[in-house]
Amino acid sequence: VFGLLIAAGATFGVAGPAAAQKEVVIGLQCDRTGATQTVGVYLCPGYHDYIKLVNFKGGVEGYKIKAIEIDHEYKVPQGMEAYERHKKEGAVLISLYGTPHTQALTAKLTEDRIPGTSPGFGSAAATDGTKYPYIFPIAATYWSQGTAAVEFAGKQMGGLKGKKIAYLFYDNPAGREPLPILEDLAAKEGFELKTFAVPPPGIEMGAQVLDIAQRYRADFVIAHLFGRSPSVSIKELKRIGYPLRKVVSFVWGASEADIEAAGGFSVAEGYNAIQFAGVGPDFPVLNEIRDMYKKEGKEPPKEMASTVFYNRGVLIAAIHVEAIRNALKAKPGGTITGVDVKAGFERIKGFSLGGLVPPLEITATDHEGGGWVQVYTVKGGKFVKATDWFKSYPDVLAKHIKAAK
Amino acid sequence: VIHRECGVLKTTYEADMALYPLPIARWTVAVIAVLMFLILPLSVEEYYLSIVNLVSIAVVGALGLNILVGYTGQISIGHGAFMSVGAYTAANLAVRLGLPFWVALPAGGLMAALVGAVVGIPSLRIKGLYLAIATLAGQLIIEWTINHVTWISGGVQASINVPRPRLFGYPIATQRQMYFFLLVFAAVAILATMNLVRSRIGRAFIAIRDHDIAAEIIGINIFRYKLLAFAISSFYAGVTGVLYTYYLGVANYEQFQITVSIDYLAMIIIGGLGSVLGSIFGAIFVTLLPIVIRLTMESFGGLLFSSGAVLNIIPNLRLILFGMLIIFFLVVEPEGLNRLWRNIRNYFRIWPFAY
Repeated sequence: VFGLLIAAGATFGVAGPAAAQKEVVIGLQCDRTGATQTVGVYLCPGYHDYIKLVNFKGGVEGYKIKAIEIDHEYKVPQGMEAYERHKKEGAVLISLYGTPHTQALTAKLTEDRIPGTSPGFGSAAATDGTKYPYIFPIAATYWSQGTAAVEFAGKQMGGLKGKKIAYLFYDNPAGREPLPILEDLAAKEGFELKTFAVPPPGIEMGAQVLDIAQRYRADFVIAHLFGRSPSVSIKELKRIGYPLRKVVSFVWGASEADIEAAGGFSVAEGYNAIQFAGVGPDFPVLNEIRDMYKKEGKEPPKEMASTVFYNRGVLIAAIHVEAIRNALKAKPGGTITGVDVKAGFERIKGFSLGGLVPPLEITATDHEGGGWVQVYTVKGGKFVKATDWFKSYPDVLAKHIKAAK
Repeated sequence: VIHRECGVLKTTYEADMALYPLPIARWTVAVIAVLMFLILPLSVEEYYLSIVNLVSIAVVGALGLNILVGYTGQISIGHGAFMSVGAYTAANLAVRLGLPFWVALPAGGLMAALVGAVVGIPSLRIKGLYLAIATLAGQLIIEWTINHVTWISGGVQASINVPRPRLFGYPIATQRQMYFFLLVFAAVAILATMNLVRSRIGRAFIAIRDHDIAAEIIGINIFRYKLLAFAISSFYAGVTGVLYTYYLGVANYEQFQITVSIDYLAMIIIGGLGSVLGSIFGAIFVTLLPIVIRLTMESFGGLLFSSGAVLNIIPNLRLILFGMLIIFFLVVEPEGLNRLWRNIRNYFRIWPFAY
């Protein structure tokens, strides 16, 4: 048994670091079976399809990209194990998934000097690249979404002064994260803010909605819910007769599946939602993916129908590939490491992918890339763009990011 | 004769009290110790050590829960929360007061023991399913409190970053360093539990489990020992939470939700209630099985399905297989992996001359 174990150890030792030449490895953490599986089953195929497209077109600077996916069921020990596995496979970049996982791996990523991305989750304080050198939110954090929601509400109501805004949120740390921003803006803009917490699992909110619509009589509702609860909120607000055009949701509150679960697009007519990736099937990159499948003699995957999450997967993959492209350009012919990819991220600018990606500008101090969002509205059976890319109250955000621990 | 029970004549009290009376058992333990402390860490890659690290943490927690459920016969669905009590206590002490891990760790355990004893008070009057619900309430109350009281949870994100543990001025950061750090605690926990359950306290626990009225009649103070069981068990849970916090470098309430309590219950039920070895088997089984299934699927799944489909099938099939294997093992041997191991051992003890 002894000899066998030693032999086994020796084989692992030899097989491990021998990464294939001309290949860049990305570690992709996914959740296709856990608490947020409704996201993962669309987002991860989107990610893989973009990587496939890049390889199909000849790779990046002569290198092929290999994305190794590990499903962690939204459990932290599994996420830790997945990270170690990715590290062993020589990953130069980790695509994190989930706020607790981002928290748990921040220290490790910094020690091992491998950049990790946390689009649409994680901590908003990670925007500050000097404090969190190896964490890249790369998409609007909850704080940026908070300011954007307030600005959108203000535009819809024609001014914020003296208005009553209800904040309907999932009662967990992620749900509470935007609170300091919203309170600050309430004081600054002179509107009244009232919070309505929905306890997990968030499928029972009749009381809160009744309170918002009939007792508090809110002029606008900002909703920040996850999982099944967004569809419940749409249903309940509709039932009680609150106009959905006076509701704006954060990024996890509006996918095709949420609208379907709420009773379909006709029920949700008017509902607004913040997005950090373009929504809809009409982007050049998506046509290229369809063409690629056609050339292979296959049907395009059915996941493409869920454009909200699928497009986000494409966006995340595209930004990753850009970072790797920058890293490879800076080091032609060499082997890139996590440090090079970090520098590659910090040079991303003016990369729009035909409108699917916002006008990001990631720098060494701003790992969020500006905090750009768009608002889409449910109209006539689909999501219609209500605003162009915008960012709001950068001064308020900068103050909070600076003050964050 | 080194492996036969017969002919072992104990002539001193020391020999009678030895943890392992048989030479072969002592040798096996020595071999396992050498393997774990020397050969494995020196020959295996960090990735494999990181898996052992997760097992080590789980072993401590499973042992603690087994003391309560397996040995004392009380049930708790609140162990995830007791872990979070330990985690946040240690994190606050480490960050606010700058205390080193060897102070923060027992402090976290003791705080969890205190909270555990309080949550265990209903056990004095109620049993079984009723107690399960009472401890479930404990889990939810603790979760809510940590989530909402920012003085404990350190802000809206309810997570506190902890510095790496340091020993003689050196930080314990890599998986290999963590391996020794965690293995020592797992070994101490195993040794402590083995001695606890054969001590006066452990025998009182077992008496309470087997028949609490009879135990009271023969003079065991039920009040004291039931609460003690909750306290000791929660102490282990608290230490698990602290180890977990130091391992990850962050205390986060989402890591200790009710599913964690259920996972640990699954470990001891699969491993074997009321046995130290069973707790270890259960911790290993529940931690390793998903990983092994995934590695197998990655190697052979490509033969059966297309690459895109495999990615979707692996995680789902893993869940199905995980559930089916648990049912399979429980049907084969309802008393858990420990009993299965003993059956195998007993078979080979008299092999090939079975009667």
